[in-house]
Amino acid sequence: MTAFGLDPAAWTAVALSLRVACVATLCALPLAIWVAHVLARRAFVGKQILNGVVHLPLVLPPVVTGYLLLVVFGGNGVVGGWLREMTGFTFAFRWTGAALAAAIMAFPLMVRAIRLGIEAVDPGLEEAAATLGASRLRIFCTITLPLIAPGILAGGVLGFAKALGEFGATITFVAAIPGETQTIPSAIYALLQVPGQEPAVAALVVVSVVLAMGALIASEWLARRIHAR
Amino acid sequence: MIDLAISHRLGALDLDVAFSSPAGITAIFGPSGAGKTSVLRAIAGLSRPQKGHLTVDGEDLTNLSTQDRRIGYVFQDARLFPHMTVQQNLTYGGRHDHDRIVEMLGLGDLLMRRPAKLSGGEAQRVAIGRALMSKPRLLLLDEPLASLDAQRKADVLPYLERLRDDADIPIIYVSHDMAEVARLATSLVLIRAGRVVAAGPLTTLLSDPSLIAEIGADVAGSVLPVRIESFDDADQMTTLHADAGLLMVPGQWGEVGQELRLRVPARDVILSRHIPQDISALNILPVTIDSISAAGGAYVDIALCAGRDRLLARITARSAHALDLAVDQAIYAIIKATAVGG
Repeated sequence: MTAFGLDPAAWTAVALSLRVACVATLCALPLAIWVAHVLARRAFVGKQILNGVVHLPLVLPPVVTGYLLLVVFGGNGVVGGWLREMTGFTFAFRWTGAALAAAIMAFPLMVRAIRLGIEAVDPGLEEAAATLGASRLRIFCTITLPLIAPGILAGGVLGFAKALGEFGATITFVAAIPGETQTIPSAIYALLQVPGQEPAVAALVVVSVVLAMGALIASEWLARRIHAR
Repeated sequence: MIDLAISHRLGALDLDVAFSSPAGITAIFGPSGAGKTSVLRAIAGLSRPQKGHLTVDGEDLTNLSTQDRRIGYVFQDARLFPHMTVQQNLTYGGRHDHDRIVEMLGLGDLLMRRPAKLSGGEAQRVAIGRALMSKPRLLLLDEPLASLDAQRKADVLPYLERLRDDADIPIIYVSHDMAEVARLATSLVLIRAGRVVAAGPLTTLLSDPSLIAEIGADVAGSVLPVRIESFDDADQMTTLHADAGLLMVPGQWGEVGQELRLRVPARDVILSRHIPQDISALNILPVTIDSISAAGGAYVDIALCAGRDRLLARITARSAHALDLAVDQAIYAIIKATAVGG
């Protein structure tokens, strides 16, 4: 049984990729907004260190990031072992682990885009809101957040695309178990190891392109609506 | 009643300012870079001075954050929230006295517009309204007219005068335009290089010969409180009642009975020992010489008592010598009708 030239195994990989990318983006976005805000607006000791740590996944080889994830969040990892003991929850060889790897790899891209958006907002507007009696939280929610919406959108799309395509860290951390951790990139890679699978590879490549284009078009449309407001 | 002291080192500017000011509009006047805006930012709590205190109407605000101070701040660049309508901007800090403020500032037609669609003068009026609706205990105006052209200035000034006369809150007004200050303020704080040079009632400071150098020889002069006595339709002349006598000015200045301020620049006052005959100047007031001080160069500044008001005249030292002027002498001041202005 095939649809659009994709067999059920390929469809599983596509569905899994979408789930992993969506969860990774949605979970990382609030944290990325907060970190971007801190980096853009606050002055504190250790700011450069935070900035460095956030950007580390961008410059480290993905395999290294995956290995570090394994050490920290793996079944016997520092955090992973403790988590399993306390809650029974584990990232190891689960789709949640793939989502964690995707989120961490996408995080610096999201922070960068959102930080640019925040830095483009005149801090004078936030000052003006404070003189009108608004609390820090209210200023953030009513002034900063609406004005950086385009930046958040850009960061979200960039992060989603990155999460969709994440390969190295994911395969190192949670391997490529069909139906659990085998996303589109690792499915393509696995198919390429077997002779005669070129049509299946081509179908997955088309799906990748369509998803990426779809995300871009959706963000353009949303951005235009935000500007029209 | 506002009482404040600020000590703050800010880059090249060493700010050390203390003054108290009564109700009404207190103008902070000084050259750019004198620290005027820094004073306002410290009052609003947007910057924390290294040392200082601030009390407004007996309440100590020194340790409160900006959001708890309830001090309205109208920034030089208005700072309206671009993603909100005028109405949403106005009510961001509260809806205190909404309808009256909309009416007073003429904002009725603007409510549904976005800030990007406002002219500079309109944006400033919205910013003033927004600050007022948050029910501030003190209003700070930072050069609200500086970014406007002459026409827009003339549009906004009457609103500020209404604000002074109708709104029952103290206002601190920063400006480097003495004509604006003379028209609006009740008290004056002169600052230069982060220090207070003089502080006190506007009329006293403006007619103080020792401050001419600070205020600027072009704009120094006195401000007389006057009332419109009558208007002559045939000549198009308005007669004003000042304490020292009647003054005539060209044009229609307002309704009979209306109170105005008349600014008389020191340069435009001519002195005579006798009532001059057959000259074109219309306004001749009997005055007494209060003090004579050398202004440096060819000029002397002469402070005059005109009834309960004070006038300031800047004449050449040579003329002063030729007239043999002396303190307490009764003479006449001639004010060219065209020299006086709002």
